[in-house]
Amino acid sequence: MAAHSGRSIAVKMTDVCRHFGDVKAVDHLDLEIYDGEFFSLLGPSGSGKTTCLRLIAGFEHATSGSIELHGVEMVKWAPRRIGFVTVGQRLVSVPPYERDVNTVFQDYALFPHMSVGDNVAYGLMIQKVPKAERQRRVSEVLDLVRLPGYESRKPAQLSGGQRQRVALARALVNRPRVLLLDEPLGALDLKLRQQMQIELKAIQQQVGITFVFVTHDQEEALTMSDRLAVFNRGRIEQIGVPAEIYERPTTGFVAGFVGTTNLISGALAQRINGSDQAVSIRPEKIHMVALDAAVEPGWKAVMGSVRDVIYLGMHTRYLVELEGGGDLTVVQQNLETSSIDVHASRGNRVKLTWDTTSIRVLQGQTV
Amino acid sequence: MTGDASSRPSWWRRVAIYLYQRPNLSLVLLLALPLLWLAVFYLGALVSLLIQSFFKLDGFTGRIVRQFGLETYQQLFTAANMDVVYRTVIMAAVVSVACAVLAFPLAYFMARYASYRVRGILYLAVLIPLWSSYLVRVYTWKIILAQEGIITWFFNVLGLKPVLDALLAIPLIGGSSLSFSFIGMFLVFVYIWLPYMVLPINAALERVPKSLIEASSDLGGRPNYTFWRVILPLTVPGIIAGSIFTFSLTLGDYIIPSVIGNSSFFIGRAVFAQQGTAGNIPLAAAFTVVPMVIMGVYLVVAKRLGAFDAL
Repeated sequence: MAAHSGRSIAVKMTDVCRHFGDVKAVDHLDLEIYDGEFFSLLGPSGSGKTTCLRLIAGFEHATSGSIELHGVEMVKWAPRRIGFVTVGQRLVSVPPYERDVNTVFQDYALFPHMSVGDNVAYGLMIQKVPKAERQRRVSEVLDLVRLPGYESRKPAQLSGGQRQRVALARALVNRPRVLLLDEPLGALDLKLRQQMQIELKAIQQQVGITFVFVTHDQEEALTMSDRLAVFNRGRIEQIGVPAEIYERPTTGFVAGFVGTTNLISGALAQRINGSDQAVSIRPEKIHMVALDAAVEPGWKAVMGSVRDVIYLGMHTRYLVELEGGGDLTVVQQNLETSSIDVHASRGNRVKLTWDTTSIRVLQGQTV
Repeated sequence: MTGDASSRPSWWRRVAIYLYQRPNLSLVLLLALPLLWLAVFYLGALVSLLIQSFFKLDGFTGRIVRQFGLETYQQLFTAANMDVVYRTVIMAAVVSVACAVLAFPLAYFMARYASYRVRGILYLAVLIPLWSSYLVRVYTWKIILAQEGIITWFFNVLGLKPVLDALLAIPLIGGSSLSFSFIGMFLVFVYIWLPYMVLPINAALERVPKSLIEASSDLGGRPNYTFWRVILPLTVPGIIAGSIFTFSLTLGDYIIPSVIGNSSFFIGRAVFAQQGTAGNIPLAAAFTVVPMVIMGVYLVVAKRLGAFDAL
């Protein structure tokens, strides 16, 4: 990408595979993550995003391929020996404790027998940082995650959100060049989660470390990331900035997984787009207008009738059955309407219009 | 609701509803039998034992004098009897340490590396000896350890006879053959009690989440560091639990010291001899109080050292 030329690469994965027997957890993966960026790995469970993160951390070993951290190769060929006889080669990885990355675990993985202070100081103890500096850095990082003075507490005495912050502090205190986060907000309730999303992003901008963030929540990935990769079945479907992923999905899977969409193929696609290639159009890009409303140039119009109405507070989702077969989901903001109004529209004949440029032609499989 | 709607609920359902609405009564019914058992056979026996230890034997008539006094304990604290106590405690301690050292790697392998299948086989291997008679196994070991036994033969074949002889020539723990020495007794104790150490350590290791080990490694901890700072501290309760078994079982055992070794007295044998042969039930009771006190002190010290903090 032109925008990133000249920026150094923090993580580079080239043709990486991780197979467990017949299961291809990660399959021919290519990925470049730039220094200082907030990069998300988004996908449903079992799509390979966590395995990808664990490959970067060093907990998993690649079956084949190359993983570079700041230009240093982490996967190497070594001779396979029986006694003194070399019988072949095997792939070996640099162990996690030799890598300049730190991980925030999904279950936080705080040491239950140590205080918060000892947990956070764990990495500094290993690096033999002198005691005075250690204490200063621990208290600094606890300030950063807004847990000042919590050094002597035990993890069992903390709430889920507080444990999450301790886990973050324990990783950040080592000043790693890359921070790996494995669904760190997954166990938090919605409010706390939204608050932590903002805080995490703020902390990332403050410390300037590369964040690699695994999530299955597309909204989380869109709001937090500089760029993201959408995973499906061990492969990356699309990499891009959030708006690009949302507005210009290249595959049916991405269109369907990131946000909701109308996936159209076959005869309906032929009628709408003039070709039977599968297309996607976001429900909010379709306008529901009065039957006699004029159609702007460059816009397409079809007629239909409202079959179903789902009132969602801020907006309403309509399922519209088209004249000539097929249906489309349309989302309209409830600017002046009430739930009584929208429910009354069931069965109404309506005109749907959209800008033809908001139609995305898809490649590959759909969801 | 099932059945005929017009009929009253069956008596069985009425009982169920009655109990559901009275959780305390349900609890009493649940615990009545085990509590009765505990009170009568455990606590009752224990209290009776304690009381007996404060009685004394009239040396002239051979009758037990049912009067509270400390004469029996004075008798216990004589040099000869204290030798028995020291000997037993040292043996129990050494056996426990040896069991822990042997059991830990095995338990670690079972918990961390063994496949589901291999783990099952290892569990069986650990448990199968417990299915056969304890007495048979001890006598089998007597034969294995005897002068003409397979171990002596093996040392001969390997040309290591001098090593065995040197081992047996060590004063105190040596003897005429392995089966007549403390070394042999130690081996049999370790063999017999090892399963009781493997299982609790294995259970403790299985409770250590894999992510903690990964976290330590992620923060720069080499395997050695991770072991001492994370794995071992979290497994200590299991080791303590195992050592409670091996320690107290060794303290109380009387068969192994009777069959293997140089027939010197251990607490178990002393109790057996005092209450069976000598008819001195108070002294036998006082001897039995010793392991109880030792275990109590051991647990308090372990707790003070923070062994149970991770529980």
